[in-house]
Amino acid sequence: MIYYDKVCKIYSDDSVALQDVTFSAEPGEFVSIVGQSGSGKTTLVKMLLAEEHPSSGSIFFESLNVHTLRKQELNALRRRIGTVFQDFRLLPQKTAYENIAFAMEAAGRSDEEIAADVPHVLELVDLGNKMWNFPHQLSGGEKQRVAIARAIVNQPDIVIADEPTGNLDPVNTHDIIQILKKINDLGTMVLLTTHNKGVIDSLKKRVITLERGRIVRDDPSGRYIL
Amino acid sequence: MDWVSIERILRSGFVSFWRNWFVSLTSLLMMTVTLSVIGSLFFLGAVLTTTLGFIKDKVDVSVYFHPTASETDILSFKRSLETLPEVSSVEYTSREQALVDFRKRHENDQLTLQALDELGENPLEASLGIKAKDPSQYEIIARSLQSDTALGKSSAGIVDRVNYVQNKTAIDNLTKIISSARTFGYAVIAILMVASILITFTTIRLAIYVSRDEISVMKLVGASNTHIRGPFIFVGLMYGVIAGFFTLLLFFPLTLWLGPVTERFFSGINLYDYYLGNFGQLFLIIVGAGIFLGVTASFWAVKRYLQV
Repeated sequence: MIYYDKVCKIYSDDSVALQDVTFSAEPGEFVSIVGQSGSGKTTLVKMLLAEEHPSSGSIFFESLNVHTLRKQELNALRRRIGTVFQDFRLLPQKTAYENIAFAMEAAGRSDEEIAADVPHVLELVDLGNKMWNFPHQLSGGEKQRVAIARAIVNQPDIVIADEPTGNLDPVNTHDIIQILKKINDLGTMVLLTTHNKGVIDSLKKRVITLERGRIVRDDPSGRYIL
Repeated sequence: MDWVSIERILRSGFVSFWRNWFVSLTSLLMMTVTLSVIGSLFFLGAVLTTTLGFIKDKVDVSVYFHPTASETDILSFKRSLETLPEVSSVEYTSREQALVDFRKRHENDQLTLQALDELGENPLEASLGIKAKDPSQYEIIARSLQSDTALGKSSAGIVDRVNYVQNKTAIDNLTKIISSARTFGYAVIAILMVASILITFTTIRLAIYVSRDEISVMKLVGASNTHIRGPFIFVGLMYGVIAGFFTLLLFFPLTLWLGPVTERFFSGINLYDYYLGNFGQLFLIIVGAGIFLGVTASFWAVKRYLQV
């Protein structure tokens, strides 16, 4: 379903972020990408969203080459990918409800669908009672749960979670990982980047280890080098 | 774009305007200042045009005719003058009318009137008062008056004198003053306008800069550029309309207060009457400029952050 083909990324200051990265992942897989800070994890997932462009190589989503898509096609692709960021990246002037509704509006969903689905998805992440709270009125864990709700509300093919537990305490970290596992159990591919050993150990799913921009291990049983 | 999208853009714009009230207030104030400058320039232009027109109207060249010249010849000469492209109007004053005007002018000066009576006959000459379209053209008209070929044979022998030479220095100075005042006035207008437009652009760009992360998140959830840009442009439009109304409201007491002053000092133009008389035009200029500034600035400011 996704395929990275000999992807390299070299920035203008000659620093190398990714070198010759090749891997694929199938629908329904849970893939963790681990590595030290600066190993290229975030660059790797940003490329799938076309937020970054490779210096060479290609990235395919199904049969689509992500970096040759036109604007409208790229918008459509992004609606098929739910994204969760370390810093939550919620819209600060919108309530939890509106943050999720915005993603649905962007996908062209009707007002009736929005009114029905948003409360439901907020219930799923245990935030039914904080629907009208603004991000600044939520804790870190709650913000991340809103971000997850936003990522899954359009029933995407993939959820990318880029260090989703980086700013959270152990209890919230556990909760977030459980939610991601639940999403994966329902058939959605999850691409998780992290450097938290506890998180990876608890998952026991496929792990790709990155070191200085290179894949040094790709283990289906969850072993890694850190 | 369908109605649902338009409705969402409007709703989102209203909500964003209200929730970012401090940024909205700052932008509104800055835009009100800009529109006030533009409006003031509208009034300044009117004062400048009226005052310069008033001064120009005071200048003319007079041609005096020998007492023996017949009215038919003078009127024929007047018609020739009126064909000159530089001439705006020619006014004929007969000898008799000149005498009546003289007596009226000196009605409190018994000595002069007595001297006039003792002469026993009308010593005044018939004259033509010529007004040029522009003060700089008096010289051309004066040259035409002195050349028989320019006006045909109609002036031969009947013109006594032309007062242009006597008034030449005053007319030249006035022409220079009018020309400089106009250039200076328009330069000031242009500079103030550019400065205030740049300030408004920068303010709106800063207001949108605050939302740059928000825009990139919107892009990453797959929102189209129209969906992202729409509410920002609508907010820009709201800035323009509301600031436009504020500005028009501000001018009401301001012109009411300044009206009598300008009427006294600037050749009779009352700014309050001018404000009421030209309200439609002023409304279009102020609100139109506000909408144009708000929408254009928002469009360009958002465009910058849509490259994700």
